[in-house]
Amino acid sequence: MNPVNDMIDSEVKGSDVVLFMKGSPAFPQCGFSGQVVQILDYLGVPYKGINVLESMELREGIKSYSNWPTIPQLYVKGEFVGGCDIVREMFQAGELQGLLTDRGIEFERKTATA
Amino acid sequence: MSVKETITDKLTAAFSPTRLEVIDESEQHHGHAGWREGGETHFRVKISSPGLAGLSRVERHRQIMGVLQAELAGPVHALAIEVN
Repeated sequence: MNPVNDMIDSEVKGSDVVLFMKGSPAFPQCGFSGQVVQILDYLGVPYKGINVLESMELREGIKSYSNWPTIPQLYVKGEFVGGCDIVREMFQAGELQGLLTDRGIEFERKTATA
Repeated sequence: MSVKETITDKLTAAFSPTRLEVIDESEQHHGHAGWREGGETHFRVKISSPGLAGLSRVERHRQIMGVLQAELAGPVHALAIEVN
């Protein structure tokens, strides 16, 4: 089997909320990854950030894993949610909060900024 | 043909959109990763098409990015998508 794919699969399934991103949650190295970090931090969602810039195999592997050609990529309970645009639209519509609640994930804030 | 024209042509052919705007936002990303002199690296697509209605957000984006696969693998560093 493909070891990168297996590694990604165990990361995706190993934490409730996983963000594949460029850079780290503390230091995003791309504006799009940074936007998703801001949303998750704003909501107070615990998540694991995985920096795809650390490995070219990971950076390419995550794209084929999800059949999604861009980064960032957010996963909740093993399920691919979307990239930056989708996460932001869902957050603004309250759908992201709904998804987290449905999946039993605790977070602090329930609404977008007034 | 510019990248912008290619994106416009491919999306028009694939989705017969009722509304389509392809905006080159490269200058907003000046100096960031993926930016190049001359622009055409960061695009925003605003599209409305009956063909995309009824699909999930993820499926809409997948279809659009699928049509622009060559561009995303090549000159385009980032593609923001708004489907209405």
